[in-house]
Amino acid sequence: MIAALRRALARLASLFTRSADDRELDEELELHLAALEAEHLRRGASGEEARRLARQELGNLTELREAHRATRGVPLLDSLWRDLRAAVRSLRRDAALTTSALLIVGLGIGASVTVFSVVDALLIRPLPFADADRLVWIANGESDNLSAQTTQVRNLQELREAARSFDDIAGFSPFYGVGDVRLTGDDAPERVTLVPVTAGFFPLLGVRPTEGRFFTADEARWGAPRTVVLSHGFWQRRYNGDPAVVGRGIVLDGEAATIAGVLPPTFDFAATFTPGRPADLFEPFPLAPETNRRGNTLALIGRLASGATLEQAAAEAKAIAGRFPVGREGDHRRNKLDPNLSPLRIRVAGAFRFGIGVVAAAVGFLLLLICANVSNLLLAKGATRRREMAVRAALGAGRGRLIRQLLVEGAVLATGGALLGIAVATLAIGMIGSLQGTAIPLLQDVRLDRSALLFAVLATAVTALGTGLLPALQISTTSPQAALADGGRGSTRAGGRLRRALVMTEMAVVCVMLTGAGLLTRSLINVLRVQPGFDPSGVVTVRVDPDASYRTVAEQVAYFDALLEQVLAVPGVETAGLTDALPFGNNFGWRRWNADLPGQEQEDGPKPLVRLIDGDYFHAMRLSLLTGRAFTRADDATAEPVVIVNEPLAQLLWPGRDAVGQRLRSSGVIRQVVGVVSEARYFSLEQASGPEMYFPMRQSPHFQVIDLVVRTPEGASTIAPALMTALGRVDRNLPAMTVRTLTRLMDDTLFTRRSIALLVVGFACFGLLLASLGLYAVIAYAVAQRRQEIGVRMALGATPGAVRRQVLRETLALAAAGMAVGIPAAWLTSKAIRGLLFGVTPTDPLTAVAVLSALVVVAALAGLIPARHAARVDPISALQSG
Amino acid sequence: MGETRSDILQGTLDLMVLKTLDQEGSLHGYGLAHRIESLSDNLLRVNQGTIYLCLVRLVQKGWISSSWGRSENNRRAKFYAITRAGRKQLRAETDNWARIAGVMAKLLSATGARP
Repeated sequence: MIAALRRALARLASLFTRSADDRELDEELELHLAALEAEHLRRGASGEEARRLARQELGNLTELREAHRATRGVPLLDSLWRDLRAAVRSLRRDAALTTSALLIVGLGIGASVTVFSVVDALLIRPLPFADADRLVWIANGESDNLSAQTTQVRNLQELREAARSFDDIAGFSPFYGVGDVRLTGDDAPERVTLVPVTAGFFPLLGVRPTEGRFFTADEARWGAPRTVVLSHGFWQRRYNGDPAVVGRGIVLDGEAATIAGVLPPTFDFAATFTPGRPADLFEPFPLAPETNRRGNTLALIGRLASGATLEQAAAEAKAIAGRFPVGREGDHRRNKLDPNLSPLRIRVAGAFRFGIGVVAAAVGFLLLLICANVSNLLLAKGATRRREMAVRAALGAGRGRLIRQLLVEGAVLATGGALLGIAVATLAIGMIGSLQGTAIPLLQDVRLDRSALLFAVLATAVTALGTGLLPALQISTTSPQAALADGGRGSTRAGGRLRRALVMTEMAVVCVMLTGAGLLTRSLINVLRVQPGFDPSGVVTVRVDPDASYRTVAEQVAYFDALLEQVLAVPGVETAGLTDALPFGNNFGWRRWNADLPGQEQEDGPKPLVRLIDGDYFHAMRLSLLTGRAFTRADDATAEPVVIVNEPLAQLLWPGRDAVGQRLRSSGVIRQVVGVVSEARYFSLEQASGPEMYFPMRQSPHFQVIDLVVRTPEGASTIAPALMTALGRVDRNLPAMTVRTLTRLMDDTLFTRRSIALLVVGFACFGLLLASLGLYAVIAYAVAQRRQEIGVRMALGATPGAVRRQVLRETLALAAAGMAVGIPAAWLTSKAIRGLLFGVTPTDPLTAVAVLSALVVVAALAGLIPARHAARVDPISALQSG
Repeated sequence: MGETRSDILQGTLDLMVLKTLDQEGSLHGYGLAHRIESLSDNLLRVNQGTIYLCLVRLVQKGWISSSWGRSENNRRAKFYAITRAGRKQLRAETDNWARIAGVMAKLLSATGARP
């Protein structure tokens, strides 16, 4: 055992001392020869004779040196090097084939490494926090919407006190907007994004400041002087990474604040928690009665105590929250808490887990196709090389060596392709990293790192084996005699069957990919066809919330009046309105208030979404008013409270009756219904909003964010300058916010669906190209092989047309066999993507027909060229060449 | 096939080299071949080069060691000597060989007795 190990090590070591070892052996042999010669001389042989005898006795020196080298070294590595050089030579001979194989493998590996990197960042790699496995997201209720998952301050405090399965629970307020806060007091004034977090938030995540410190308990008290912590990016951008910034005073919305510390570069708040809404500053969120009154404000994160499981924590949190005095008998200011726990990792990747999985599966299929295709190319090459292989086998090359050489060829192709693929992936990953403002979390963390490279190596190994194995097996199962006797045409019955099976598999795989692509495309089209209830085209919007200087409602109303007057005077503006809940705007559209018939208040009655509007909002949005009237300027604080309901709410409260003129009670106020409007899709095109009600802003000034909505036939860029000038006339402090179009906002909500569909369609098309190439190669090769047979048939009277038809028939039969397997397989796999489908079923007949016709057309095209070649065979030359 | 014969031969040659080196102390390649040749009559007459394959294998296994020295006529030569592991191996192989030889002798004489 030890001896064997020593020997293996010595052999490996000898790889590096090869020439020295050779020289030493030569020296020994020389000495040996001289001694033998001397001995023969002593015995009386002549000089010439003695030398001859000595050589004879020592044996063939060249052979001995070879054998010595083999004994000494690692024979496999030695010959592997030879195989490698032979493979490169052989691949260079077929430059066209090699180039296409390299390109195919390169694109395939590039695509799979890119997708892996995204999967890794989103699903595999731990979140960039200490001991991130123990972090738990504590949602309130079952909603997918971040704002609707928030919890009241009091509930957080009591849960934190009582729960034993958590080390700590902290939270942040997700109700911040990008550029909400005006920063002045040092350099140029700037709109910044400020996120309120509870004092325990950063310590809970295990984040440490690179400069200064985080918030003290004192600073987190209600009414304490403002302190902020800077994000690393903001610190670099505005303060050039100056450490002296700690302790400096700044002014936020006219209020003095002190910089307490700076976050590390690894902490990217927005990428993890609120993708698309990057944060510049953080301030303490006081846990106080004053903030408790605001209702549900905090998104909660807990750290599990050691030894506690997620299930225990969930059960405990539910039990604690169940004891909170909420409801009619309890504190009417107290909101319900329905804790819904999930690992933070899952919550962050959230809705994208599934889509990413689908894309990863598509890439997997693509890689399979690539293996099949390159394998096919090598098989075709192998068929023409059968004679070479047969000759080598006849000359004594072992079967193992021939197989090894083909495997090495596959490996060389795969490695070359992988290098290309890594270049492709580097480009693609760079592009993904620069995608800003998407709703997909952690995209900035996508990078080509060690695990991605490891994956590339694995994919390469799989490709190498997948491409080299079949040709190697095929070559090795034919006997040299058969191959040689065949005169080079090759009786590749077995090989032909193998290649046909490969092409059929390719067709089946493409079937699956195309079906998925078709279903996702149809879903996207269906979503795009959804009527959101308003007309987003021709609407531009600007954030215009009044700042703290407008203290009273009257002042705010005056501000709105002036603003609308100025905006309506801008040439090109058709009409304009204001809203606190811009569709697709991700602001405050989640807010639900009770709406009950007066005198019939119920705990679990309807809770419609609340929208505050002013101006000509319905006309600007082209939201159709079904009956009744819109709000006017007369619907102010002095007039009777009014409300406009949407159709679902009208149906819910007054089924079968006219809602106009009815009354409803909401938050203690009885309002008269003056109109009914159609339903507007607020969150996304896929999701209906359900019951909604609109209050006039003048009667219910409980807004946090106000968006101006302008309908104009001009483009956003055309009207923007005049619009901003008009706004500046109202308030020169009005922030220079960007003018956005509603269409753009709607497109952003479709980003994920669109990307997934685009990627899957792209991969499927690439797959279709590969499969058609494979089909073409098989048929073309079969035609070339059967030239003589075709010649005979034509000499016996077959027309070119008949020959052409036969080849086409064969091609289509091959494709059909693939589809026969592919369509049921496609239906089975499509069930898995049901969650992404919209308005189509997995077995959508239209998609199936489209896929089948696409495949038939492509198969016919692939068969056409070989069929024409076959029809053009000249019987005489074909028979003579045999 | 030829493989088995050379395997036996290889094992035999290994044993011969170990035994010779154990008896004679350190020897160079030619000296070893000469010594084995004179002990084994004609067995190694055909191809003395084989001994070098045997030597490199034994060195790799750690049963013999090699060092450069001076030959009788003062030329640079590589000398081989048995190591402690080699001696242990030699004892084991000797026992083994004796057993096999005994079995073979018994077997062959039994076959010879059959009418």
